Amino acid sequence: MKNDPQKLIRYTPFERANHWLAAITFILLALSGLAFFHPAFYPLNQLFGGGVWTRILHPFVGVLMALSFGVMFSNYRKLNVMTPADKEWLSHVREMVDGDDRNMPEAGKFNGGQKLLFWLLVICMALLILSGIVIWRAYFAFLFPAAVIRLASVVHAVAATIMIALIIFHIYAGFWTKESIDGMLYGQVRRAWAKQHHPAWFRQMMGGDK
Amino acid sequence: MALQSLDITRRSATTTPSPSQRKTQEVAKLIDISKCIGCKACQVACMEWNDTRDAVGSNHGVYDNPMDLTENSWTVMRYAEVELEQGKLEWLIRKDGCMHCTEPGCLKACPAPGAVVQYSNGIVDFHEENCIGCGYCITGCPFNIPRLSKKDSKVYKCTLCSDRVAVGQEPACAKTCPTGAIVFGIKEAMLHHAEGRVADLKNRGFAKAGIYDPQGVGGTHVIYVLPHADRPEIYCGLPRNPSIGPMVELWKGAAKPLASFGLAMVVAASFFHYVTKGPSEVSPEIEKEFEDEK
Ligand code: HEM
Ligand code: SF4
Ligand code: SF4
Repeated sequence: MKNDPQKLIRYTPFERANHWLAAITFILLALSGLAFFHPAFYPLNQLFGGGVWTRILHPFVGVLMALSFGVMFSNYRKLNVMTPADKEWLSHVREMVDGDDRNMPEAGKFNGGQKLLFWLLVICMALLILSGIVIWRAYFAFLFPAAVIRLASVVHAVAATIMIALIIFHIYAGFWTKESIDGMLYGQVRRAWAKQHHPAWFRQMMGGDK
Repeated sequence: MALQSLDITRRSATTTPSPSQRKTQEVAKLIDISKCIGCKACQVACMEWNDTRDAVGSNHGVYDNPMDLTENSWTVMRYAEVELEQGKLEWLIRKDGCMHCTEPGCLKACPAPGAVVQYSNGIVDFHEENCIGCGYCITGCPFNIPRLSKKDSKVYKCTLCSDRVAVGQEPACAKTCPTGAIVFGIKEAMLHHAEGRVADLKNRGFAKAGIYDPQGVGGTHVIYVLPHADRPEIYCGLPRNPSIGPMVELWKGAAKPLASFGLAMVVAASFFHYVTKGPSEVSPEIEKEFEDEK
C-alpha cells in the first residue's frame, strides 16, 4: 500500500511485522501455558496436538517471543522513558478511563499509560524468560536445585498471569481508542487522530518545536 | 500401571470425583533398617518383576550402584559410613524409593489429568500413557523420587508393585528380602510390627530408635524403622520433616483459581467499560480542522 501523504507515519513495516510476531507468539504461549496452569484450561492442549506436543512446543515458542520482544525492547526503550508530563498524565488517568480526555496533559508518541505498560511488560517478560529456562525440564532444569525450580515455577505462573492481564488490557485499549489499530496494521494514522491522542507527537511530526 | 481402577482416591489435575466405589484397606511396606544387610536382592527383584534394565554403570569405589535412582532403577540401596560416637563406625544402609505419601507432592503438582493416581490402599502410581513429560512431579516431590526417561520423556518410579498388590501379592522386594527387613501388609499391622521392632532396638541400646512415618506429608505407605530416628538425615539424607512446602502450595494452591477468576474479571471489566463509556474517538472539533483528510 502506498503511503498517503496526508497521513502520519507511526510504525515502519519492520516494526509492524515484529509487533505481530510478538502478538501471535504471545497468544500461542498464553493458550499453551494456561493448559498447564489449571485443569480447567487443560483442554486447550488440543489446539497444539495434545498434552505432549503442548509441553514440547511452549518453550520453543517462548524463545521466539523472547527474540521478538527483545527487538521491541531495544526499539522502544528510549521512547518509553517516563517524563514529568507522563507522570502528570498518569495522575489524571481516572478522567481518561471515564471517557473525558479534555484535561489530559499532552502525550508524545506514547502516553504515560502506554509507557507504564511497556515497563511492566518488560519486567514480566524478563521474569518469564529466566524462570522459563529454569523449569524447562528437557534441557535445563537438571542444572538447578529443587528449591530454585520451585521458586521459578511460582515466578513463571505469577508473571504469566500478570502479563496475560496486561495484554488483555492492551488489546482492549487498542480497540477502545478507535483507529489506533490502523497505525499497527498499515503504519499510518490520520493527523486528526494524532492531534487528538498524541498532540505533542503530532506537533513534532508536523515540524513544530516539540 | 495397575489393574485396579474402582478404588481411586485422587487423580492429578482432576476437579471431579474419581472412580472410588471400591474401598480397599491401607497398606504399607515396612523397611527395617536394623535388619538390612545391603545385599540388594530387593533391587534385583524390582528389576526382574518390572522388567526394566539399567545400563551397566561404572564403579565409583562405593557399594552404591547405580549411584542414584533412574527411570529403570526404581529402588536403590544407599550406603553411608557414619561415626556417631568417636571410634564407633556405623554402616547405615537405606533402601531408597517412592514413599507413597498420603499427601503426594507429585500428584499435587502434575498438570495432566490422571497421570498420577492414588488408590484407596495408599499406593501412588504414575499412569505413563497420560504423562506429558513436563517434570512438574519432580518439582513437587519432597523426596526427589520421579525420574524422567530420556527414551520416552515419561516419568517412572516405584509402583509399590500395585499390579501385584491388586491381586493379593506382596511387592517383589518384600517377597525376596532374605532377612525379613522388608515386610508388607495392612498399614496398621505394619505400624504395630514396627513398634515391636523399636522396643527391641531400645532394649539393645538404641535409645533413639523409632518409626519414620512423616506426618508432614500425612504419613507414608513406605515406613522405616530407624535405629537413630532422632537424626533421619544421617540415613543418606532422609528428610527430617518432609512436606509439600510453601512454594509448591503457592504454585498449586488456591491462588490458581483466584488468578483465573482475576483474568476473567479483566475481560469483563473491559467489556463493560466499552458498553457503558463508549469508544474513545477523535472529537468533532479536531475532525473539523482536518476536513481535507477524509
Ligand atoms: C520466554 C520464554 C518462555 C519459556 C522458555 C517458557 C517455558 C515454560 C516451561 C518450560 C513451562 C513448563 C511447561 C512446559 O514444559 O512446557 C512453562 C509453563 C507456563 N508458561 Fe511459559 N515459557 C516462556 C514464556 C511464557 C509466556 C510469555 C507466557 C505468558 C503468556 C507463559 C505462560 C506459561 C504458563 C501460564 C505456564 C504454566 C505455569 C504453571 O502454572 O505451572 N510462558 N513455560
Ligand atoms: S515420595 Fe514423591 S513420588 Fe512418591 S508419592 Fe511422595 S511425592 Fe509422590
Ligand atoms: S512429568 Fe508426567 S506425571 Fe510428572 S507432572 Fe508431568 S505429566 Fe504429571
